[in-house]
Amino acid sequence: MMLGKTAGGLFWMFRYLERAENTARLLEAGWRIALTRSSNSESEWKSIVTTAGMNIGFEAKHDTYNAANVINYLLRDKENPSSVMETLNQARANARLVRTALSSEVWEATNECWMAIKDELARPVSERNLHDVLAAIRYRTSVVRGALHGTMLRNDIFSFSQLGTFIERADNTARILDVKYYVLLPSAAYVGSNVDNAQWEVILRSVSAELSFRWLHGGTVSPMMIADFLILDRRMPRSLAFCYQEIDECLKQLQEEYGTRQPCRDKADAICARMRGHSIEGIFQEGLHEFLGEFIKSTTGLASAIEENFRYYG
Amino acid sequence: MRQVACGATVGWKTGGMTHAATFFDEMLSGAEGARDPYKVYYDWFENEDLKRLRRKSVDAETFFRKIGITFNVYGQEEADERLIPFDIVPRIIAAREWAKLERGIEQRVRAINAFLYDIYHGQEILRAGRIPRTLISGNEAFCPEMIGVNPPGGVYTHICGVDLVRTGEDDFYVLEDNVRTPSGVSYMLENRETMLQMFPELFTQLKVRPVSSYPQTLRRSLSASAPGSSPNAAPVIAVLTPGIHNSAYFEHAFLADQMGAELVESHDLQIVDGRVAMRTTQGYQTIDVLYRRVDDDYLDPLTFNPDSLLGVPGIMDVYRAGNITIANAPGTGIADDKALYSYLPDIIEFYTGEQAILKNVPTWRCSEPDALSYVLSNLKDLVVKEVHGSGGYGMLVGPAASKKEIAAFEAKLRAKPANYIAQPTLSLSTVPILSKSGLAPRHVDLRPFVLVSPNKVEITPGGLTRVALKKGSLVVNSSQGGGTKDTWVLGD
Repeated sequence: MMLGKTAGGLFWMFRYLERAENTARLLEAGWRIALTRSSNSESEWKSIVTTAGMNIGFEAKHDTYNAANVINYLLRDKENPSSVMETLNQARANARLVRTALSSEVWEATNECWMAIKDELARPVSERNLHDVLAAIRYRTSVVRGALHGTMLRNDIFSFSQLGTFIERADNTARILDVKYYVLLPSAAYVGSNVDNAQWEVILRSVSAELSFRWLHGGTVSPMMIADFLILDRRMPRSLAFCYQEIDECLKQLQEEYGTRQPCRDKADAICARMRGHSIEGIFQEGLHEFLGEFIKSTTGLASAIEENFRYYG
Repeated sequence: MRQVACGATVGWKTGGMTHAATFFDEMLSGAEGARDPYKVYYDWFENEDLKRLRRKSVDAETFFRKIGITFNVYGQEEADERLIPFDIVPRIIAAREWAKLERGIEQRVRAINAFLYDIYHGQEILRAGRIPRTLISGNEAFCPEMIGVNPPGGVYTHICGVDLVRTGEDDFYVLEDNVRTPSGVSYMLENRETMLQMFPELFTQLKVRPVSSYPQTLRRSLSASAPGSSPNAAPVIAVLTPGIHNSAYFEHAFLADQMGAELVESHDLQIVDGRVAMRTTQGYQTIDVLYRRVDDDYLDPLTFNPDSLLGVPGIMDVYRAGNITIANAPGTGIADDKALYSYLPDIIEFYTGEQAILKNVPTWRCSEPDALSYVLSNLKDLVVKEVHGSGGYGMLVGPAASKKEIAAFEAKLRAKPANYIAQPTLSLSTVPILSKSGLAPRHVDLRPFVLVSPNKVEITPGGLTRVALKKGSLVVNSSQGGGTKDTWVLGD
């Protein structure tokens, strides 16, 4: 038996942890591009903030996109509800709320993650220590995930935690692709300039998949291959197909544990079926932007169906 | 031998006055060195390296932070979550000392439950003229909704935390009974865990009575008070918390976790088919026992506080119908009233026919004109408390207060005398803490935790020792800079 509130708390705790990690990843990718490319780093920084979906808030506060402004806005700005620090505050508040559902190792890892990052982000972050800070965020969130996988029963508690992780991750990957979709379009690819290669690199790096992509595809890089990798390749742990495979598994577990099939499972099935029925060529023909827009919308719809079916709030 | 800044006579300075007072130190007696219960510990301590011990203190703090034993201080936004400082020197109580405390506490708690039943039923004690009617009828802690209600199993105070202080070898006083929602038991349990981890060698040398079964005993004790009419195969227990911003949230989560009970907030609860139920991922589940850590006012907006957004509308109707156990029962606060406290010896005698085993602190009721004039002319020597206060808020410690503070308090006292009681400043016993220069005496109190079920009273050996960390201070409350110690009751 689990309280609806607890299910909601677990779901959001892991959504927020995933979000903090994704923001750090994205920042790392952008920073690297800004470092390795001499021209116009301002547009690089702007592209990062836009990809993170934080451009409106950022522009309300800052006039220029430079390293210091972007780094601090994404990592530690109290007025930015999606900054890593604010996101981790939310993750921990949810962890406290559901503490009775967590193993002591998961709770302690979460609490230590929060304490360590809070300490790192207590002062403005400069480019000098950015690497260490980002490494700490990745490391600390990994410890939480490790504790979750190593110490928790595979029951509904685990399912709701995983649902939060993969809903957030699917949404995140889709949004990165959607903001950058134009660089993947055939017309843009024909240009073949360095600019576009760098943009692809950001896409792959922001989901930490640059090397694995190269391993799988050797030296060949085409926009369609990148899109295929991030949308349909089930071997890639941040691809949309992978996320939905996990989501489907969680909902199946919940159905078995509770003995009831909930409407949200139908929604998830429909999304999975759509992805199985598509090849990457088909998606490009239909329109990548349209496909991603539809995907983001149906993922949001699925999240609210889960919330409703399992009575998070009422 | 290391120099120990500890002895029977301690001079202390407060507020510009010098008191040469004699305090009873529980570890060391001036002439004979360590007292009996502490002999083994003291020998061990003397052979320890002070640096190693200080490192252990730091380890303990890291450990507490990591597991998140923090409390929130009201009115301090920045210091949202604070640690209660932990001192690594244990407070040790001999078996025979504990045996007497146990008898005294049980007697007291039984009398309080009999009193609560009486006051909400026949009111024999008022008719017998043993306590004044005005003390009950005019008291905001009296709960008219409880008149004629029979709590399941007949228990009112399922959990009590009786505050004791000591002034001499055999002189223990009860300071407060805490029969509403006493807190601190999680510290008792975590302090012991920490000491076991840090100093296992001491536990092999001394027979320290364990405390770790408290959560299971609590579960059993609450289950035994469950309503007989339950549709559930085994009683379902939930802990009701005001939420994560409450100062004792850690403890609420901890106890729920340790008992294997759900931790709920009022918005998780609803009345379904005449019973209290919690919203789960699979629908509503009936609850039999609600261990509530919220005040009466936040229990039922329909009954107690129509403005409250907290609470479970209609829960009092379910309670009156005998379909849920609320622990502690609503309306027990009347027994926590500090004016009523002064009648406790009479109350014990009235219901048990025995003399009180544990002493009460002499108390002046400021509602009485003679007492008030005495209190007003002796403020600098007295401790004055609000009758409904707790947590060390709204009180005056005369000897430690400045002239200005005394004058300000005097005005409040004159404006509403019935709101206050006064007590002499007790020479609280000391137990050494580990200070920079070694052992240093600090004042302590003790809160043993008492569980009451329909057929028995169980007291966990020990309890929470709170210690005033500031030299000379008599205020041990965590909200006022107090710390805690592990409390060891020795086996026979």
